[in-house]
Amino acid sequence: METEKDKFPIEVTDLHKAFGDQTVLNGVNFHVAQGETLAVLGRSGTGKSVLLKLMIGLQKPDSGSVRIAGQEMTELDSTQLNEVRKKVGFLFQQAALYDSLSVEENVAFPLIRHAGMSDADQKKRVQELLAGVGMDKELQKMPSEISGGMQKRVGLARALALDPNILLFDEPTAGLDPITAAEIGELILELKEKRKMTAVVVTHDIHNAKVFSDRLVLVHEGNILAEGTFADLKKSKEQVVVQFLADTC
Amino acid sequence: MITALVVSSIEWFGELGLFFARLLKAAISPPYEFQELVRQCDGIGAKSFPLVALAGAAMGVVLSLQTHDSLTRFGAKSMLPAVIVFSIIKESGPIITGLVVTGRVGAGIGAELGSMKVTEQIDAMEASAVDPYKYLVATRVLACVLMLPLLTLAADFCGVLMGWVANTLSEPMSLRLFLENGFKDALFSDFLPPTLKTAVFGLIIGTVACFQGMRTRGGTEGVGRSTTSSVVLSSLFVILADVLLVRLTLTVWG
Repeated sequence: METEKDKFPIEVTDLHKAFGDQTVLNGVNFHVAQGETLAVLGRSGTGKSVLLKLMIGLQKPDSGSVRIAGQEMTELDSTQLNEVRKKVGFLFQQAALYDSLSVEENVAFPLIRHAGMSDADQKKRVQELLAGVGMDKELQKMPSEISGGMQKRVGLARALALDPNILLFDEPTAGLDPITAAEIGELILELKEKRKMTAVVVTHDIHNAKVFSDRLVLVHEGNILAEGTFADLKKSKEQVVVQFLADTC
Repeated sequence: MITALVVSSIEWFGELGLFFARLLKAAISPPYEFQELVRQCDGIGAKSFPLVALAGAAMGVVLSLQTHDSLTRFGAKSMLPAVIVFSIIKESGPIITGLVVTGRVGAGIGAELGSMKVTEQIDAMEASAVDPYKYLVATRVLACVLMLPLLTLAADFCGVLMGWVANTLSEPMSLRLFLENGFKDALFSDFLPPTLKTAVFGLIIGTVACFQGMRTRGGTEGVGRSTTSSVVLSSLFVILADVLLVRLTLTVWG
């Protein structure tokens, strides 16, 4: 029988977060169904990246609830938090590859610590993961020796290393040329179709979001201003939504 | 103004205490990051060796040149080997090593962790369910604790050797005679406590530099601030610890 946890692996309820006097999130609510990809849109500085960090427990909310895979993230100790994190992949805005490790070592990093694989299996898995993002020829290169788009691909391979059920993307196409951005968008779409993953994608890139997301939410002034499919948002009369979707058809 | 300074200092020490408690917990609980520890020992120990050896050698030469003149004036030239050996092993070697490593390693750790913090690499590590205190902090602090006494031995060795070279250029003396004269009155307690106290210097350098690096905020400017404060605060605490440890060793060993 399908439980609430299986139905909605991600549930965010009445989430509040402020930094000093500045309120960033002011009662955000949403849920993501199993296998669904939700795009989170919004202007810069509206707390979209903070939202992702709250979801994975990198920051603590002032109040509210974040349930990931049925676990209340705000109540877990560090060991329990790490158990949940193993089920969640996170692609950071600038990929956040470890400078001192090669491409291969970056992808192997979570595997060495959590997968309990033999060296040969681990090597094979790293090769598979990097082949999946078209980076299997650059194993020995350092992050500083590859382009921003390549770094994002390697970051994605690392996020997928532990075979997570949930993926969180922070601006996956930011700072990339339109062709590379489209390639990253296609990779997200491919993941969604092949692995049936549940994903939250924070992005400004409305064109790509239209391609890979099932549903979109628009965060404005700490709240969700609009929510629905791309077609639903297109019908919205809210000025911010209209402005956001102005260049799309 | 003064109140704000006092409050921020108390806050800083409070946060440092919490950081140290978390570091201890990460260091003693398994799994252990042996491979990273070895890498850090290489980076902190082996790569600091040339600089420490050079500083030790320069210290030996300067001590020899300066004391030769003074001891000649007081008619105690025969005491020169003992003065050089005792000065180096009891104080100059350990403190010079501490300060040189503070400059090289403290700045390196502060800048590296600071950069990792502002580029979200530390967040990425946490998101991968890896404790950055275990992988980044405990390994660096432990490597500092283990490497400082070894580097001190290198500085002592180079200092004594170059002290002999500088002395023998003006007044030829065999190395064997120099060492015999230098070490004949030296006790184990003259050598061991000063060398081992540098493990405390290592603990201070590693902890303060990691603490400053891990609390970096504000992009590249913040990294610069962390790097500077790592060196300044580590140097200050190494000097203060030296005063306390010298007093303590004199009390215990006389």
